[in-house]
Amino acid sequence: MAYVPDPAPTPAAPSGTSFVQRLTSRAVLAPIAAIIVFLLFWEGLVWFNEWPNYIMASPSDLPPAYSRYWELFLVMGWQTLWRTVVGLLLAVVVGVIIGMIMGFSRTMRDALYPLLVGFNAIPKATLVPIVALLFVGQHDFNTVLIAFLISFFPIAVSISIGLSTLEPEYRDILRALGASQTTIFWKIALPKTLPEFFGALKVAVTLAFIGTNLMEIVSPHGRGLGALFDSGKTNSDYPLMFAVLIALAILGIALYYVVVALEKIFAGWAERAPS
Amino acid sequence: MTQTIEISGVTHAYDTASGKLPVLDNLDFIVPSASFCAVVGPSGCGKSTLTKLVAGLLIPDQGKVLLDGRAVKGPRSTVGMAFQNPVLLEWRTILDNVILPLEIVPNKLTRSQKEDRARELLSLVGLEGFETKRPSELSGGMRQRASLCRAIAHKPDILIMDEPFGALDAFTREDLWQTMHRLRAEEPFTCMLITHDLRESIYLADQTIVLSDRPARVQHTMDTSMNGRTDLDVLYEQEAVEMLHVLRDQIKIAQGRAEDAQAAQ
Repeated sequence: MAYVPDPAPTPAAPSGTSFVQRLTSRAVLAPIAAIIVFLLFWEGLVWFNEWPNYIMASPSDLPPAYSRYWELFLVMGWQTLWRTVVGLLLAVVVGVIIGMIMGFSRTMRDALYPLLVGFNAIPKATLVPIVALLFVGQHDFNTVLIAFLISFFPIAVSISIGLSTLEPEYRDILRALGASQTTIFWKIALPKTLPEFFGALKVAVTLAFIGTNLMEIVSPHGRGLGALFDSGKTNSDYPLMFAVLIALAILGIALYYVVVALEKIFAGWAERAPS
Repeated sequence: MTQTIEISGVTHAYDTASGKLPVLDNLDFIVPSASFCAVVGPSGCGKSTLTKLVAGLLIPDQGKVLLDGRAVKGPRSTVGMAFQNPVLLEWRTILDNVILPLEIVPNKLTRSQKEDRARELLSLVGLEGFETKRPSELSGGMRQRASLCRAIAHKPDILIMDEPFGALDAFTREDLWQTMHRLRAEEPFTCMLITHDLRESIYLADQTIVLSDRPARVQHTMDTSMNGRTDLDVLYEQEAVEMLHVLRDQIKIAQGRAEDAQAAQ
């Protein structure tokens, strides 16, 4: 019998555009335009209100600050970046483990959720002196610890929700074949949870930066951009303080897009073609 | 090797907050090796529980599920399953989805042999050319075709289907019925199909079993083999229409609407 399969929905148009074309495309130009508009607005606001730069620095104050302290910015920026990344990696490992425990065991989920939510509700700034006293002088460790403490929560929650909402049919398909729990985790539960995980990781990235800087600003003899901010404050170098904030924002954006790139590689399948 | 499924005195209940909920009550029937059995009945009567018992995902409180005379004690790699939801893995291509059981079930196939097996099945259901597509790029009917391929990729002795065509539109469903006949001609398996569609059971099954309302018992058994015909016209002929009437009446009785059934006589 002649057989005609039912028609498929039209797949997304193949992207035959070159790299250069994509660079100049909307995805790149639009955010750059938005940043330029933002800077113009900021500059205009300061100019219009005639604010002196000890009240509010303007974008035009930033290049002099960067050119004067560029070496410091490189060194301190690196300090901040590696501590944030290490804290974040720790948050991923611990968050995934806690998420798995809560995702696979209903009892553990019921038991741990209030504890976790309660911990997350504590302002992490209050933990800074506690941690600083607990591990006196261990500045790197303390900074990493605060970055970790502030950023593991969204990861744990996303993994636990991803695992606990796995449709039973997915499990049954493999279970009926005699697959072990480990196989089910690697073949189905883990990949299916990746989109949620990356969503949480994007939140965790910015949180980790906040954690790192909390410690760097508060801690005496600190290093990193937070310490640079603090020294700007001490010396009433207001353009420097603003320059630090912008540098932090740039690092945050950079790390965020690293996560986006990883997401595209490992969970790109979850992105649907626009209809 | 296809196997005979024997449901022997199976009684099963679920533990709920308000005590035991009996779902199956002393169920007895046989699905002969290589034949196709449809199970119909009021919704919520325990049909899906039955599929889990045959798959070995559940063990009955009383009675036995026997495959070629041996009691089912747990999941076995000789079973394939398909559900109403095709549950394809969105992160895998269609080809890799069909290969999945071959990655689980112990076998000596090389990667390229597994791919060949998957390609062979996909072409059998009319999905050649879609091997590298993702499930999200396929229509509902095509996804269900791929799901069927996956269910039989490891050449199971028994195929269990729980309303696999329930969510499809009428035309796509008829297409898939024909696909099912084609698969059966090429691939040996004993099939148990849970369905709400009485025409489906008449067209596809050799034997249709009507279950009563919960707790389910076998209320009626009917030979629906239609002399092996596989054209859709068979559904519009006198024999099929009469079967349809009998099955509908049986369902009404199962639902506790016997007077409706009598009024229709």
